[in-house]
Amino acid sequence: MSQQIQCLKCNVEMKLGPVEATYLNSKFPVQLLKCPKCGLVYIPEELARGKMLEVEKALEDK
Amino acid sequence: MDHKRIVELEGKCTRDQPAACSAACPVHVDVRAMLAAIKAGRFTEAFNIYSKSVPFPRIIGSICDHPCQKACKRGEAGDALAIARLERACVQVVPATEAKVTAPSRKEQRVAVVGAGLSGLTAAHDLAKKGYPVTLFETGSSLGGRLKEFRAEELPPQMVSDDLAVLAKLGVVLQLHTTVGRDISFAALCQDYDAVYLGTGTVTPEFKLPLDQQGQLMIDPITFATAQEGVFAGGTLGRGGSYSPIGSVADGRRAAISIDRFLQGVSLTAVRANEGPFETRLFTSTQGVTSLPAVPLGHNSDFYNEEEASQEASRCLQCECLECIKSCEYLAHFKGYPKQYIRQINHNLKMVMGRREANTLINSCSLCGLCEAVCPEGLNLGEFCQEARGEMVKKGKMPPSAHDFPLRDMAFSNGEQCVLTRHQPGYQTSSYLFFPGCQLSACAPGHVEKVYDYLMKQLNGGVGLMLRCCGAPAEWSGRQELFEAELKKMKDQWEELGKPKVILACSTCHQMFKKYLPEMELISLWQLYHQYGLPQVSQAQRPALVAVHDACTSRREGQMHGQVREIILKLGCQIEELPTSRDKTECCGYGGLMQFANRDLADAVIKRRIDESEADYLVYCAICRDNFAAKGKKTYHLLDLIYGEGDPLAPAKRGPGYSQRRENRVRLKNKLIKNRWGDKMTEERDSYEKIKLIIPEDIQELMENRLILVEDVQRVIDYAERTGNKMLDGHTGHYLARFRPVSVTYWVEYLPQGDGFMIYNTYSHRMEIIEEVKE
Repeated sequence: MSQQIQCLKCNVEMKLGPVEATYLNSKFPVQLLKCPKCGLVYIPEELARGKMLEVEKALEDK
Repeated sequence: MDHKRIVELEGKCTRDQPAACSAACPVHVDVRAMLAAIKAGRFTEAFNIYSKSVPFPRIIGSICDHPCQKACKRGEAGDALAIARLERACVQVVPATEAKVTAPSRKEQRVAVVGAGLSGLTAAHDLAKKGYPVTLFETGSSLGGRLKEFRAEELPPQMVSDDLAVLAKLGVVLQLHTTVGRDISFAALCQDYDAVYLGTGTVTPEFKLPLDQQGQLMIDPITFATAQEGVFAGGTLGRGGSYSPIGSVADGRRAAISIDRFLQGVSLTAVRANEGPFETRLFTSTQGVTSLPAVPLGHNSDFYNEEEASQEASRCLQCECLECIKSCEYLAHFKGYPKQYIRQINHNLKMVMGRREANTLINSCSLCGLCEAVCPEGLNLGEFCQEARGEMVKKGKMPPSAHDFPLRDMAFSNGEQCVLTRHQPGYQTSSYLFFPGCQLSACAPGHVEKVYDYLMKQLNGGVGLMLRCCGAPAEWSGRQELFEAELKKMKDQWEELGKPKVILACSTCHQMFKKYLPEMELISLWQLYHQYGLPQVSQAQRPALVAVHDACTSRREGQMHGQVREIILKLGCQIEELPTSRDKTECCGYGGLMQFANRDLADAVIKRRIDESEADYLVYCAICRDNFAAKGKKTYHLLDLIYGEGDPLAPAKRGPGYSQRRENRVRLKNKLIKNRWGDKMTEERDSYEKIKLIIPEDIQELMENRLILVEDVQRVIDYAERTGNKMLDGHTGHYLARFRPVSVTYWVEYLPQGDGFMIYNTYSHRMEIIEEVKE
């Protein structure tokens, strides 16, 4: 079995690619794992509870 | 927010006020700072602090008549600090150095100072320092006036000449042996000089200045102006002959301020509050301060040596008002004090661009009102925080994450699945209405049933029932419109029921209704138990002793505090009073939604409270019970005791988690409708609710901390399994899926197991990823 993240719908390995993140009227481009076929994006826990949370808080206080 | 209101609020916090000693000192020496330096053995620093306020520090430091000592708070716990002796010790320890004079920009207008006593010397010194050419007229042959009356051991003549040398450096012209009124006429003096200061001790009739009825020269007590323009007077002259060296210095200084203003053509009277001695508003508690006597003079009968001085200075209380900070974990947590917080919050509200750093400060307060109860001036910072929250919401600047979860919980409690408003079964009218509140319904639905049965048995005229949330989370979070909408619904339903008396089991509901629905007649459930007697319970289990924790929202309900205690005693339990209780009680960490806006702080608040006694706690708020129990404190709800369910040997029982609490509310409604009213309930469940989850204990704990509900997890799996939009983590072999119901994206790591799903992890984020998923 591959050690990577797979999109089960498309049965393909997810690859780093550009996506857009948005919160409170701010948008920014990020590189995240996404399915090359259907576009499904994966957010790992470390990102959600780390950097992402930090940015959320900063935007909330802006 | 209104500027006047900010100023008024700030004014209530006296933390910035000077200590009593400094306020009593006519020139406001910073005694606290000076004594702190002496305590630390830094005598030069202490002497410099002293010299900042006192013009001739060696002279005054030796002979000051120290009105500060009478005001010293230490006097309430032992002897007042020997401040004069400490000043003297500085004079002795610190070697004399030549005064440093920075040349001021020279001014044109000339000032005559008549009389070289302390007030005249000070006026001459201060005005010369400001750049005015000053001429000092003195009848005698030396400077200092009554200074020469001091013994040489008290005030060595060398010290006097050392200190007064500064006048020559400042360019003050001395005219000794010159008596105004004899050698030079007063009229000529007034003609030659732009302003005159009289520090003569007495005034001769030749001056032709208006006198009062007692024959004293008329001097304005604020400006030291006489009735003649440009002529000012002070010192012993203004005190009817009584001598106070420090008083004379202050007079000279204040008159110099007036003369400067007069010569510059600006107001003599503006902003002159708190010049000279005044009474400070700073509150300093001496409660619990061990009484200590003053350090006696040792090796030398005239002054302290360094060691003695440091020892004496260490008795200084360093007066400051800490009443609210001592009592409140929240106020201590942000490392400031209310006046600063008010400024930070105000700044936060006014900010147009940049980081709103006070958001967490504003949202962390429990709004419990303890600060108001302990503040000598009654400042309630919580009220201000709440106003600030309202303003943030109005401006769209409230961080969405702060209160989202409890507001959704409120919406759930007030959703169709939980709300119920009915007359008592078999009745068409209600004399009473039981409102148990959403938290008791969630934590202990069984108690709601028992209480309702009790009330129906005891009370005549029908006891209706209303299950819903009182709207407190909306009020606490500054959602005024939402709160008013909730109030209106309750009010309408209450009116429809015929305006029955409302029986409340929760002190928060009680507080909300009392404040916002004053037309309702409210009765606390505890009052009814007290009045109608306690239910008979067989094989009741109760502890022998409990420590009572009053709910913070009951702070102003003195009667309720008494009734609760009487019930406890009637149940055969002994009461231990916590260090703070009744109107000084503390919050359990939930009030004001602190727990959601600042989890760590709420944990610290809970810990502080549960560490106050070894005894098991007794509370009468469902949330207080669950919050304390969650941290391992054995805590009973008063209903646990009343219904004999308080097993003292059982370990602290945690309350239900967030998901179970929702479930409990729904079930309570359904059960009551079915069992009490005999109506059939058709339970409509969404498809995702049928999904069976296997959630290990550690994941349950994690879900509680991350505010993720079972329902959220079910919806993710429902979505992933229905659409096939899921991923496989090749490393763990687990499925990964996400779903965003509204404003939060939930992620679940899971695998099918049997007819359900095993949950391995779950987390969430609020940020949205714009996916172009082809569904």
